[in-house]
Amino acid sequence: MRVTFTVNGRQASADDVWEGESLLYVLRERLGLPGSKNACEQGECGSCTVRLDGVPVCSCLVAAGQAQGREVTTVEGLAGPEGELSTVQQAFVDAGAVQCGFCTPGLLVAADELLERNPEPSDGDIREALSGNLCRCTGYEKILDAVRLAAARTEGAV
Amino acid sequence: MEFLRPATWQEAVAAKAEHPSAVPIAGGTDVMVEINFDHRRPEHLLDLGRIPELSEFDTDSGSGTVRLGASVPYSRIMEHLRTQAPGLALASHTVASPQIRNRGGVGGNLGTASPAGDAHPALLAGGAEVEAVSVRGTRLIPIDDFYVGVKRNALAPDELIRAVRLKTATGPQQFSKVGTRNAMVIAVCAFGIALHPEVRQVRTGIGSAAPTPIRARAAEEFLAAALEEAGLWESRAALPPAVARQFATLVSGAANPIDDVRGTASYRRHALGVMARRTLDWTWREYRGAERTESCA
Repeated sequence: MRVTFTVNGRQASADDVWEGESLLYVLRERLGLPGSKNACEQGECGSCTVRLDGVPVCSCLVAAGQAQGREVTTVEGLAGPEGELSTVQQAFVDAGAVQCGFCTPGLLVAADELLERNPEPSDGDIREALSGNLCRCTGYEKILDAVRLAAARTEGAV
Repeated sequence: MEFLRPATWQEAVAAKAEHPSAVPIAGGTDVMVEINFDHRRPEHLLDLGRIPELSEFDTDSGSGTVRLGASVPYSRIMEHLRTQAPGLALASHTVASPQIRNRGGVGGNLGTASPAGDAHPALLAGGAEVEAVSVRGTRLIPIDDFYVGVKRNALAPDELIRAVRLKTATGPQQFSKVGTRNAMVIAVCAFGIALHPEVRQVRTGIGSAAPTPIRARAAEEFLAAALEEAGLWESRAALPPAVARQFATLVSGAANPIDDVRGTASYRRHALGVMARRTLDWTWREYRGAERTESCA
């Protein structure tokens, strides 16, 4: 089947999509957007997190056909048009929140959504918002630092 | 495989009648796992994601009911139904992670009918009814009759879950779940309790400790009788510790758990007793007029 949806502001179509295929597979293998990572395929790890109509979801658990006509934002949609990093991305770099990098795209999408919804999150809010994203390298402390830093910078910019 | 994409509820019900083996998919948080792992290859996937009324809920203060669309995501239940369905709102908050709570809903929990589904103890304690619809009509299935076996429910092959109906809470409700961490955890066991002061009843629900979600009926009857006998519904006096202990023992005894990777049967029985005592303590304190506890562990 053909599936058409908006991804990072642009209309995209994929043909010959298998009916049981996930949105994640379509993004990575058919639309050339490998930022969202494929790991557990059961919604446990969060590394495939994207926004579907603005809401963070595990793209491995969205059937491709369910994305028809909807708006998807992936980690590739966070940076600016010239490739300038978003506030959250820059904060991850500056805080040393990236080690192997596999979980990073999912965490960036989740953290970006948190700060959009709640610009001054408490530590509890950050932990809860990122509770669906597993990282096996950092021990999370640097990731929490990065989100706090991004929040402080966002506040400073206003 | 064929991907069926009904635009209306009538079309969905008609499609299910035409293809009774079609697998409904809404949030996808159960169905897609099975497809990703090759555990399931349905001939038809029936996408319910385009039917707006499934994602809506109504609260009718006149009749005192909440009608919760089958696909209303847990995140919205947590946010909007804390007052009307506190037990279910607390249970919803323990489901998996934000990403999963943004997609999954009660219809999926009921469709899958796993004994570990987080919504079940709250639905049992709340006395829910499941609105099952087919081209033949609509029937309301009492939650007590809904779970018929391990991952089996009372739906006919041509039926779809339209909504769940709950009475608006008239008393405190609580939910508790044991797992290895707070997020992303399948229940080792879980317990829900609801006080229904207007009818002088107590209802409970046990998850992950029997082949299906079950009520602890002997515990409910014991507690309701003890409250009645001592006039505690009216006096709102402190609960005698012996009553709480006996309630916990009866809840523990109602379970029929197994040993598995998540825990042993004896651990589950023990933990259920602890959760029963704690949640009773929280609900009773709230009934006595204390602030509603935010505790849910």
